Amino acid sequence: MASIEFKKVTKSFGDSTVIEDLDLMIEDGKFTVLVGPSGCGKTTLLRMIAGLDPQTSGAVLIDGKDVSHTAPGQRGVALVFQNYAIYPTMSVRENIEFGLKNNKVSKEERKELVESISATVGLSDYLDRKPSTLSGGQRQRVALARAMVKKPAVFLMDEPLSNLDAKLRVHMRIELIELHKKLGSTFVYVTHDQVEAMSMADTIVLMNKGEIQQEASPDTIYREPNNLFTAQFVGVPPMNTAPLGKDGASFGFRPESAALTRSATDAWFQYKGVIMTREMLGSETIYHVKGDRYTFMIKCYEDLFAVDEPVYVGVPADKLFFFGADEKRIAKNAPGYQAYLDWLRRQVDE
Amino acid sequence: MHSKWRLIQSGTSYTLKGVVLLIFIFPFLWMIMTALKTFPETMVFPPRLLPAMPQWSNFVTAMQSGPFVTYTINSVIVTVSIIILQMVIMIPAAYAFAKYKFKGQPLLFALVLLAFMIPGQVTFIPVYLMLADWGIIHTLLPQILPFAANAFGIFLLRQYFMQVPTEIIESARLDNASEFKIMLKIMVPMSVPALATIGLFSFVSHWNDYFWPLVMTDSMNVRPLTIGIAMLRETEGISNWNIIMAGNVVLVLPILLAYLFSSKQIVKAFVYSGIK
Ligand SMILES: Nc1ncnc2c1ncn2[C@@H]1O[C@H](COP(=O)(O)OP(=O)(O)OP(=O)(O)O)[C@@H](O)[C@H]1O
Ligand SMILES: [Mg+2]
Repeated sequence: MASIEFKKVTKSFGDSTVIEDLDLMIEDGKFTVLVGPSGCGKTTLLRMIAGLDPQTSGAVLIDGKDVSHTAPGQRGVALVFQNYAIYPTMSVRENIEFGLKNNKVSKEERKELVESISATVGLSDYLDRKPSTLSGGQRQRVALARAMVKKPAVFLMDEPLSNLDAKLRVHMRIELIELHKKLGSTFVYVTHDQVEAMSMADTIVLMNKGEIQQEASPDTIYREPNNLFTAQFVGVPPMNTAPLGKDGASFGFRPESAALTRSATDAWFQYKGVIMTREMLGSETIYHVKGDRYTFMIKCYEDLFAVDEPVYVGVPADKLFFFGADEKRIAKNAPGYQAYLDWLRRQVDE
Repeated sequence: MHSKWRLIQSGTSYTLKGVVLLIFIFPFLWMIMTALKTFPETMVFPPRLLPAMPQWSNFVTAMQSGPFVTYTINSVIVTVSIIILQMVIMIPAAYAFAKYKFKGQPLLFALVLLAFMIPGQVTFIPVYLMLADWGIIHTLLPQILPFAANAFGIFLLRQYFMQVPTEIIESARLDNASEFKIMLKIMVPMSVPALATIGLFSFVSHWNDYFWPLVMTDSMNVRPLTIGIAMLRETEGISNWNIIMAGNVVLVLPILLAYLFSSKQIVKAFVYSGIK
């Protein structure tokens, strides 16, 4: 229904430039998640799409049309705020209906729309209640219904689940994914929780300090991180990384790519350490292994080791990542890759 | 042992509250009772609180001693017009000061604050001269126009509006609501307690105003109730307290009623704005 495009967009607040020369294409009908650490500019980006805080320079295009001079209410976007921003003096029905009334939708049509949407989100029994009498989850649904009823081409959501408890959050995640499938409109979802991003997104846009670090499917982001930042941001726990000791480069591996053993093996990268802490998470256990040069987090699916036990960390060659001095990942077929692999092997042999 | 102590405590508390209540209510009670006495009863010594026989005719006498219908109509027109005008000006002004950023905003707001610090006694002569110049002294306008903008109201309402989350306003913008609609359908309903408080203060101070209309009016047909009742003393003689008090009861009755109807909202306003 609508793609979103940023062209050389810069956004400043007074003297501080938050986003500079950003180019981004958000595909039509996809569930795109903007993720990144706090303060990296996710909300700012979303608000530029909505037109609430227009860009300082550059252009924002919705459905190929430059909307720089289009008012928020005319852009065909709906935004769900983190704090829901429900109109507190209006009943649930009036909340959902407000946008329709402003768009001069007829009374019969409004009634029909409100009833079908409230049935979809499970609010039918609460239409005449005031928001103050609703639970957090129900308010969330009011905010969703209010956005959905306008049939927007673009659905924007700014950390909509962060005020819910863990269980409800997981439940709502699934509902939102289903909602997206049903509506087929473009979803742009902001979160700082990478687990949420991985589980919901078609495309993840990972940001840091106003710059896009990587824009790819969750799979690609996880298996082929562009750079050190992405590698360290994604995964629980994130990728282990350490300086390689050559050309300012680093190496890394995922916590679940390593095997722990009591005796030495012939793994490509092998490191001897002691288990410092052990976190038992149910199906998996996370060990914190410390040696005299590195510390690593290792994820195991069997709980075989105890704290203070000496162990060997072993990583096969194909699970190792290398990053250059510019923090970019060195591809497996790139010229330097084999040299770094050999160098790491020799390091360990010493 | 414990319950006895508690009894003494609550007893003391109620007694003290009763004393305070009496101090506040007594003047009103005395006014109402005097209004119902005969003239000799107001003079007896020692004074008695209750009249032997309520003299309702005192009210008729008071109201017939001058053009009180005109006075009342004038008071109502002036007070209601002031409140409506103030709302019309105050709501957009407070909204702009609370939620907009524009050039010169701090300066303009400082001007508003300045306006509410200048007492009317300082400005009445220039205002009178100006209005006389406009040739509207023999109308009700001089009692209305100078109060069209309520600086204190703008200040109070702005504080109230600032507590409305900006996201709610932005949601409304995304819902394609005009700024006018946002004020009317979102800001105003969320600020009913503040508006009721400001309205009541305005009502009381203008309904009771004596000084300003005294200066600004020169004929019977534009004078409000306050002046009419003050003039009872001239028409009825200085000591006719029963009649004068009957006039005063008529004067304060609307205020008591207004307070009774809006007291709940007022308490809310003070709780919400953190003044209490
Ligand atoms: N109105 C504003 N005035 C000045 N600076 C602002 C304003 N809004 C945002 N910023 C700055 O812009 C940067 C990005 O803010 P933004 O709210 O987009 O971050 P975010 O990625 O949404 O973070 P979070 O995950 O904490 O919500 C921050 O450094 C913030 O201080
Ligand atoms: Mg944010």
